[in-house]
Amino acid sequence: MSVLSVRDLHVTYQTQGGEVPAVRGVDLDVERGEVLGLAGESGCGKSTIAGAVLRLLPPRTKVEGAVLLDGEDVLTMRPGRLRAVRWAGASIIFQGAMHALNPVRRVGDQIAETIVIHDQADERDARMRAGSLLEQVGLPSRRIDDYPHELSGGQKQRVMIAMALACSPSLVIADEPTTALDVMVEAQVLALLKSLQVELGLAMLFITHDLSVLVEVADRLAIMYAGKIVEDGPAEKVFFEPRHPYTEALAAAFPEIGDQRFRHNPSGLGGDPPDPQDVPPGCPFHPRCPVAFEPCPTVDPRLFPAGEGRRAACLLLEGTLTEARGGAT
Amino acid sequence: MKTPPIEPSAAPVMLEEPPPPPPTTGPRRIAWARRRRSFARVARTYRRNKMGMAGLIILAFFIAVALLAPLIADREGLDPTSPVTGMPFQAPSWQFPFGTDNLGRSVLTLTIWGARISLLVGLLATLISMVIGSLVGIVAGYRGRLTESLLMRLTDWFLVIPFLPLAIVLASLLGRSMLIIIMVIGITSWPSTARIVRAQTLSVKERPYVERARALGASGWHLVTRHILPNVGPLIFANTILTVAIAILSETTLSFLGLGDPLSISWGTILESAFGSGAATAGNWWWLLPPGLAIVFVVLAFTMCGFALDEILNPRLRQR
Amino acid sequence: MRGYLIGKVAQALLTLVFVVVFNFFLFRVMPGDPAALLLRGSAAFNPDTLEQVREDLGLDEPLPAQFVTYLGNTVALDLGDSFFARGRSVNTVIAERIWPTLLLVGTSTIASAIIGLIIGIYGGWKRGSAFDVGSLGFTLFVYSMPEFWFGILVLMAFAGGVGPFPAIFPTGGYETPAAGLTGLAHWVDVLNHLVLPFFVLTVAYLGEYAIIMRNSLIDIMGDDFITTARAKGVREKHVLWRHAVPNALLPTMTLTILSLGFVFGGAITIEYVFSWPGLGWLTVQAIDAKDFPLLQGLFLLFSGAVIIANLIADLLYAYLDPRVRAG
Repeated sequence: MSVLSVRDLHVTYQTQGGEVPAVRGVDLDVERGEVLGLAGESGCGKSTIAGAVLRLLPPRTKVEGAVLLDGEDVLTMRPGRLRAVRWAGASIIFQGAMHALNPVRRVGDQIAETIVIHDQADERDARMRAGSLLEQVGLPSRRIDDYPHELSGGQKQRVMIAMALACSPSLVIADEPTTALDVMVEAQVLALLKSLQVELGLAMLFITHDLSVLVEVADRLAIMYAGKIVEDGPAEKVFFEPRHPYTEALAAAFPEIGDQRFRHNPSGLGGDPPDPQDVPPGCPFHPRCPVAFEPCPTVDPRLFPAGEGRRAACLLLEGTLTEARGGAT
Repeated sequence: MKTPPIEPSAAPVMLEEPPPPPPTTGPRRIAWARRRRSFARVARTYRRNKMGMAGLIILAFFIAVALLAPLIADREGLDPTSPVTGMPFQAPSWQFPFGTDNLGRSVLTLTIWGARISLLVGLLATLISMVIGSLVGIVAGYRGRLTESLLMRLTDWFLVIPFLPLAIVLASLLGRSMLIIIMVIGITSWPSTARIVRAQTLSVKERPYVERARALGASGWHLVTRHILPNVGPLIFANTILTVAIAILSETTLSFLGLGDPLSISWGTILESAFGSGAATAGNWWWLLPPGLAIVFVVLAFTMCGFALDEILNPRLRQR
Repeated sequence: MRGYLIGKVAQALLTLVFVVVFNFFLFRVMPGDPAALLLRGSAAFNPDTLEQVREDLGLDEPLPAQFVTYLGNTVALDLGDSFFARGRSVNTVIAERIWPTLLLVGTSTIASAIIGLIIGIYGGWKRGSAFDVGSLGFTLFVYSMPEFWFGILVLMAFAGGVGPFPAIFPTGGYETPAAGLTGLAHWVDVLNHLVLPFFVLTVAYLGEYAIIMRNSLIDIMGDDFITTARAKGVREKHVLWRHAVPNALLPTMTLTILSLGFVFGGAITIEYVFSWPGLGWLTVQAIDAKDFPLLQGLFLLFSGAVIIANLIADLLYAYLDPRVRAG
């Protein structure tokens, strides 16, 4: 059984400007001990998925589908069960630990809080565990008495990682964990994450816009565009032999160290990702696609088989053309 | 390229303006056309704001009452010796809908006429406050360095001093008249305007078009009048509305404490004579309620309008 | 941190000095002859007595000399003699009337702050709810109301008794005159007299605190660490009270103490309405009597109190916010 199983997830935000469908039908699985990388540009819906897994989205957001964590559907859990599952079943490492930590409490207390909430220890033992967790992420244990502002960006992120591991969750979701960091620090934190994941046998959902990072860390890759997954499969295969034009563009862009442009436009493609409220008809990628052809503006491709354990949502895949014409919309 | 229409269209509110018409009209005309459009856009957004519209309606009502006072309330009714007046301390009746005061005057007449002084004092005091505050704020924000430090020190000092004790001290020294009250309120309430104006001036100063103008050799005067003032203006206006509310409350309080002109009729002086004549313990609610309610509604109206405008014009609030 | 503290104390002292200087010039440079004002309406109003009084007040000295004398006196806390309480020093008069004000303003400020903050917390937490909208509306209404008018209505209703309202409280004063009560009976009597002005002063200002806290809390709720707290499985109640409120409390506290200046203003009018024998009513009496030394002294006292309150707020903030404490 997969640790995380998302089935036909639809997430629609309610805003002053109307409804915003951020996720439009996503299936994904993360197996035990496996790292699934979820990549895409800003606004494609990947962070929304992270929020949906633990039901952390704004109050009136419409969430449909199923999110199975160790077999239990998170979306239908009662509040008590949800709170128990939060952090102990799955935890999140947020991006920009700048503000993700409470500024007026010591970091050790914040880590210990999770342990105490989930009844895994009393306060004193929890603090000791917090100390050893910090050691595990490469920080001296005396740092448990520090306040967040006394730590550097990289150190704060390590604290976030330590905190995420505190209750021994089955799944760790890393939501852009290194985006706000310098390149050198980023490398260290990535190495730390990978080694911990392997050592503890964690299942991990690694969300980022930076594909090059995922090649090293992820076992499998899923590429998102406009609220849907457009390609998935084994990481190396997807990266080096992409089957979807979007993946190809993402993978082909060669970032330079410290190149800010890459962060904002990782694909190197012209144009912008579509506004979720105004997704193009047919294949949502077709306006920017270098190889779009006649049926693309009218037929929205689903995920077709594209090799062993691989799928891609592109009409160019062999044998799919007739299939698309025949039934899919 | 098509020339975009000058009239506001039904299109949704945009942050960027469409490109200006070709330069057959001068730069001043372009700027004013843009300002007209901007004003129309704000007016449209304002109309959709329920709180703002409610406030505006109430305000219009009271201003009408104040302006039409000679028509709707007999001036004779203010003279206690006039035959129009009735018996003192009378509860409301058909003849005197709000009852009478200790001199037999109709409270309704008093309240209507009181609107004039109360509103006038509020508006004039605010004018003084706004002018001083804007001047200080713009000069401090624009000049920076020592001037800014000194001016802001002065502003902060004024802000710390509790308003009523200061106003009392000033007014009691200078004498009892509405003019004094206007000046005292004006002099003591400019600091908060100055603060807001300075903050806005600082942010406008940094904007690209100001830098460009400076690079092109624009003089300080030109920068202030053509660039800074028009951009700080709307915020000053919203703040002014809120200040009027406070000014009206201040006049009421100062008059109530006996610092106003004993011969003029304002809602504050009505309350002063009412309380002084023991209306509270005697239970003469008809004398106490109308002027107080009038104050509440007018201040409420100004505050609602001010909040609505602030929401629309204040760039920081819009993000929420 | 120490630099911060020293800076704040220095600032407060400087402001205090400004107030003292301002006070001096206000009364010496204003139009009108203080001696004439003092003697006005009295039988002794003639050139010789005027001359004598002027000499007594030190008005015949050149201005700089007057200023130095004034400064010396102020530092020694000699604020001169009151005009209307013939011959008694300003200090004595103030000392007699300070306790009732402390009692009234102290208790109502605490009550006002606590109730106001709690309303603000719940309003901000349940933003847009019926409670929030209702409390905002109530706050707006109270804000638009002259607090003394509210006091008058309450006095009329519950002390004078009008219409359906019962006259169950005294119409003013600190205690029942000539009752000669002592001990517990005395305190109960005082409490009885305190109820109405306390109620009015509390209600008049709790809206300010509510709005300050509400806005602060809404600001905080947009921060990421709140999401982190929820993700960790913290109960909503604790997310509010253990994570949001401590952070929202810091800026709130400063703003709250800063609004103390307005509370003093309210105290003046409310004490007057309820004949509460404190510094507020004293101020109004001083206005009527044109007792300038007394007014000067009161102004100094009020300003000083607000300045010190601000200083305390700054110091408290520095102590409580770990970010300021460190650097």
